[in-house]
Order: sequence, then structure tokens, then C-alpha cells
Amino acid sequence: MRGMQIWEITSFTIATAAFATLLMLPPGLLLAWLLARGRFHGRLLVDTAVSLPLVMPPVATGLVLLFLVAPRGPLGRLLTEAGVDIVFTWKAVVLAMAVMGLPLFVRTVRAGIEQVDRRYEAAAATLGAGPLRVFFTVTLPLSRPAVLAGAVLGFARALGEFGATVMIAGSIPGSTRTLAVAIYSFAETGRDTDAALLVGVSAAIAFVALALANWISSRPGVRA
Amino acid sequence: MIVVDFRLSQGSFTLDIRVRLDRPITALFGPSGAGKTTVLDAIAGLRTPLAGAIAIGGRSLFDSDAGINLPPHHRHVGYVAQDVALFPHMSVRRNVLYGRREGQKLLLSTVANMLEIETLLDRNVPQLSGGERQRVALARALMSAPEVLLLDEPLAAVDVERRRRILPYLERVRDELRVPIVYVTHDRGEASQLADEVVVLAAGRIVEREGPQPDASGNGDAA
Repeated sequence: MRGMQIWEITSFTIATAAFATLLMLPPGLLLAWLLARGRFHGRLLVDTAVSLPLVMPPVATGLVLLFLVAPRGPLGRLLTEAGVDIVFTWKAVVLAMAVMGLPLFVRTVRAGIEQVDRRYEAAAATLGAGPLRVFFTVTLPLSRPAVLAGAVLGFARALGEFGATVMIAGSIPGSTRTLAVAIYSFAETGRDTDAALLVGVSAAIAFVALALANWISSRPGVRA
Repeated sequence: MIVVDFRLSQGSFTLDIRVRLDRPITALFGPSGAGKTTVLDAIAGLRTPLAGAIAIGGRSLFDSDAGINLPPHHRHVGYVAQDVALFPHMSVRRNVLYGRREGQKLLLSTVANMLEIETLLDRNVPQLSGGERQRVALARALMSAPEVLLLDEPLAAVDVERRRRILPYLERVRDELRVPIVYVTHDRGEASQLADEVVVLAAGRIVEREGPQPDASGNGDAA
């Protein structure tokens, strides 16, 4: 395998994982905040549903996603009308990565928000700040270490995504083939050296990402 | 005039508070667990009574019959909690300006000068002493142009010497800004030194109301 190909697969994987991490932020922050601070009916249900991709076989999650976004699926129909194709494109890779990384992000951020002393939020409220302003100026900054750690964990999880990706994005060289998927394809077709090379690359990236996450969470953050 | 008339269940007992406060400084005095802080929380909107009404200057903040329950950020109540809760991730200046309302006339320089915190503005919260935190928290609450100032044991965390030095600041707030103050304390001497009226709480009920103590008049101009 040429170096060019390794670079292509690696950069594609990092780019899609980064995009997926960005995609996790808005729903992830909202869910983490709702679960940490919200009092509403069905909280347990939301809590459980968010973590479901963590324990379900990724292939099963992939099949559910495929059903949803396939051209004739409930979401896919709307997307097709809007001229957006997802299945078997890089967008499917990002979607699979985001869905699989979301539970880790939400769980980490939620724990961080729960650590934030409510007295600060109460003080902000009495000073005239509505819930949104309280969240963005007090809760979020005070849980920043957890948000960073959650993002790195979600990113690391996205990097290694395989099962759901294969289901909705396939393994198209140069278009949907990520590191994990390429390793499987190469091993499957007897290209053991190429597979081993990519294993090395994945291990290196994952190591750096996890070390970063551990460093962030071990830092004495802002005392909350 | 602050009308406080509510029932609120707290642990083993129910608070039943009925009082009209119309003096510049009212002290809520009573032993720990009497419900003093809960009264402040209810006025600020941090706890919701079972029933009743709370109003400041004719503006209804809570009225169970009328279905009114303004959220804390619409109540215009300055609340300095016992632990002051300065935002640890902001400078003193950002803390003080956090609650500044649009169009309000009170200047940062006025408040900073009055409470003598000008030199602290560019410091970070962890660098402040207990007495400095109290003054900064007071400034932060004042900058939100509150219609009433709620202070929960503002002097509990500071030593006797600092206590003596903070009291005049509270008197300046009363005299120069004319913001009514409701002041929680479990120190009888403190209550009578500063307050125009002392409301005594025990087990969630008002058991006594007193006007100014005879010996308080001489200390009023200690500033």
C-alpha cells in the first residue's frame, strides 16, 4: 500500500470524526443539561435511550439508522426531497460516528454539569440571567473540563467506529472507507501488512486522543 | 413595602410567614433552622411556596390565587447568599457587571467607590479575602438595580474586626442608594445595631417584632 493511500484513509477518518464531534455538541450539550438539571416526565426514558448505542451491537444501531435515513425511510424521504443523499456517502460515516460517540459525550458532560454548584446558577438567576444565559455564562464555563474531555472521548469513539458505519456507509475506497473499515477490508482480502499498518496508525491516534482526555480530566479545573 | 405572606413546607415543619416590611433595614433574627434563609429564597424565587403571596412595592412576584410565580431573573431582587457565590471563573469586574440592567443609572464607579473595591476590580475571585468577597458580592447585587436587597448572614464569615468595617458599607447602601434591605442574622447584637426593625423567627413562624433598640441609635453614624 502506498503512503498516499494511508494518508488518504487516515485524514478522511480524522476529518469525519472531527465533523461528527462538532455534530454531537448541540444535541449533546442539550441532553447533558436536561439530564443533569431538568425535572421532567420521561427523564429516565431519555437517559436510557441516550446510552442505548453504548450497549447495543453497533451493527444493530447501524441498521436502525439505515432504516431511518434510507431513501424510503421516514427521515430519508424528507432528505431525498431536499436533495440530500446520506446512505453510502461520507455523510453516513459522520452520522454513524456522531450517534455512536454521543452517549460518551453526554455522560461525561452530564457528570461535569452535576458537579457545578447550583449556588452559582441561583446567583446568576437572581442577577437577572434567564436559563440560557445562566447556561452559557455560568454552567458551561464551569463544566468546561468535562465538555473538553467528553468531546475527546466522543472523537476517539468516532475514530474507531465500525459496525454502524459499515451498515449505512459501506466501505467505498476514497469515499466512505475509514481506518476501522479499511482494516477489516484489508484483513478480509489477505492484505495483512496493510491492515497491520493501519492498526498501528489507529492505535497511535487513539493513544493521543485518550491521553489528551485523561490529561484534561486530571487537570485541576475551575473549582465548582 | 414588601408583603410576605406564604406557607412553604420544609423538611419536618411548614413555614407560615405573614409580615409587611416597610422599614429601610429589617433584620430576620432567629436560631439556626428557624427558616430565615428559606424566607429569602422564597422572596428571590429560588423556592416556591405552597400557597400565599409575595409582593414588592405593589408588584406581585408570587400569588398562588392569581397563578403568578415570576422566575428569579424577573424579580429584580438582589440576593447575597451566605456563601456569596461569586463566579470563580470571572474577574471581580465581570462579576460586578454581570447583573447590570440595561438603562440603569447606577455606575460601576459609584458602587465601586462606595464599597471601596476599585482596586479589586481586576483581581480574580480566589485572590479575595472574606471581607472583600462580601463587598464584591454586595456590589454585584447592587449593580442589578434591585428593588430590595436580601442579605443572608453577610457578616457570619468574617471576623469581628472585619464585621465592624463592613457594617458602615451597609449603612451607606441604605442611606445613599435607598435600597430596602432584608437582613438575616442569628446575632442579636448585629440585628439591633443595624436594623430599624427586628423580626424574630422560630420554627417557621414569626414570634416577635421589635422596633429599633434603644442602644442602636448611637451606633447609626459609626461610618
